[in-house]
Amino acid sequence: MNNNIWVYIDQFKGETVTTSWEGLGVAKTLQASFSGSIVAIVLGNHVESISNQAFYYGADEVIVVDGPHLEDYRAESYVDTLSDLANSQKPSVIIFPTTTRGRELAAMLGVDLHTGVLVDVIGLEVKDGQIIATRPIYAGKVLCKETCLNKPVIITLRIRAFSKPELDESRSGSVQKIESVLSEEKISTKVIGYTESAAGVSLAEAGIIVSGGRGVSNNPSLSPPPEITDEKAQEIWRAQQGFKLIGELASVLGGAVGSSRAAVDAGYIPYPHQVGQTGKVVSPDLYIANGISGAIQHLAGMRTSKIIVAINKDPDAPIFKIARYGIVGDLFEFVPKLTEAFKKRLGT
Amino acid sequence: MKIVVCVKQVPDTAATVVAEGNVINWGDAPIVLNPWDEYAVEAALQTKEKVGGNVIVITVGEEGGNEALKHSLAMGCDESILVSDPALIHADTLLIANVLAHAIKKIGDADLVVFGRQAVDWDTGLTAPQTARYLGWSILSLGAVITDVDPEGKTITIERVIEEGRQNVTGRLPAVISIVKDFGEPRYPSFMGIRKAARATIPRWSLSDVGLDAQTPVVICSELYNPPKIDVTCELITGASSQEVAETLADKILSEKVV
Repeated sequence: MNNNIWVYIDQFKGETVTTSWEGLGVAKTLQASFSGSIVAIVLGNHVESISNQAFYYGADEVIVVDGPHLEDYRAESYVDTLSDLANSQKPSVIIFPTTTRGRELAAMLGVDLHTGVLVDVIGLEVKDGQIIATRPIYAGKVLCKETCLNKPVIITLRIRAFSKPELDESRSGSVQKIESVLSEEKISTKVIGYTESAAGVSLAEAGIIVSGGRGVSNNPSLSPPPEITDEKAQEIWRAQQGFKLIGELASVLGGAVGSSRAAVDAGYIPYPHQVGQTGKVVSPDLYIANGISGAIQHLAGMRTSKIIVAINKDPDAPIFKIARYGIVGDLFEFVPKLTEAFKKRLGT
Repeated sequence: MKIVVCVKQVPDTAATVVAEGNVINWGDAPIVLNPWDEYAVEAALQTKEKVGGNVIVITVGEEGGNEALKHSLAMGCDESILVSDPALIHADTLLIANVLAHAIKKIGDADLVVFGRQAVDWDTGLTAPQTARYLGWSILSLGAVITDVDPEGKTITIERVIEEGRQNVTGRLPAVISIVKDFGEPRYPSFMGIRKAARATIPRWSLSDVGLDAQTPVVICSELYNPPKIDVTCELITGASSQEVAETLADKILSEKVV
């Protein structure tokens, strides 16, 4: 066993999933205690360009396993590859981003290596040579400090909990290219295809999120077109007008659109936009909540946002207790004006 | 098809949960079936309705840990099993997954194992993939749609929800799948179901019943504490006109350098 710190670089269709770079920053801080090399691990097909980027963000070495049957993520092929690598090279620490692929890989690698996974971690410290990870449990209502008794220690980092390292394009290093031992026939899971998300920023990785809640339908003065006669359909139509305004604000700010569970359950916006305990957990720099009361389960999904802004007609809405700035007022009145104000200032 | 659904019971999500010393206290909040697991049970029942078979619901928990099992039975599962052993009190996911894999082997001839995406208490999302790995089966996780199940041909096709959209995959049975909320609303237990569940005798298996010795967990929780309260004073923006208010707010936000 050596003291090397591995950082798994997640990618999709040959493009790096940028939250992976945060792992290199964490590896740098751990390197002070472990004095090994920081090794970026890249699996995929035609992923050579990712190696260069890995050096720019702080990797000392890169191990690449490149091959056509690694083009699409499939748990078995990726885990088998990582297991072989880890068993032969014996790092002390393996870091993953907590993406859908990262979490699953870390979990299964833990079984193969008979070691623990410190999952969805928001803080790390080293005491007496041992890594102590802080992670949220019970939707963040409680924090837990965990250690792993075996080696390697496998850690998955919560997205955006750690900062992205500085880019230094002068850095370079050695790339170890490893031939994959697997073949397509041996992999029983086959990928048939993909449907890509509607264009826009992924919520978990978004630096800015503008969200709408139940209040988004609350504009009685807004008249739906005469052909919409059903009350529920009228309510949904109003909500969609509200979400149009929210979308415009998000667009001007270069952010993503989120929502509360109430808005999803009422049919105003599809589930992928839901922020909260049974939706997505986000940690943007700016979170603007419109017509969202601030139920515990919603807060569980966004309470670590750097700056929270709330617009709500109800001055007693719990959201104001965690917001840095607020407007007690009608989002239909203020959101368009806010969009205008930002357009002027940002020139977008 | 023989379908096994793995569930967990947890405190209700609306509970006020606090760490006291190194123990978690959820007051008098009810203990319920893990909300994510309801989707898993629903998926198992729908699959049974499509291709025929049997749904067995299993949980690893404390003695008397029946809420999750009873709710699942009431929704329509055919049988239930509680794996309970004092040696599992501080079990980590590796140990739980190993126990589940052994229990599934003891059940024998399972075609499909279904999990929810994670438990809302420890929020790890590790148990499903780890159980699959211990079983040596594929995992097709985060399923929103079970597009096709072919028990004779031994294949299953699901639509997975990933960050970038949806991935359609086909795997060989037996397999482990996990189900997400996009699957669709789980059914309410029927009145008859609730009555039947209340009367059910739930068999209990110990660690030795599933063929495992006590093991030391490798992940240890050394400290539990409450997060610092969010200490923020909200500045409410007012002004002579809504335009003035909006412009003031925009300026304040820009001064925070978050845009």
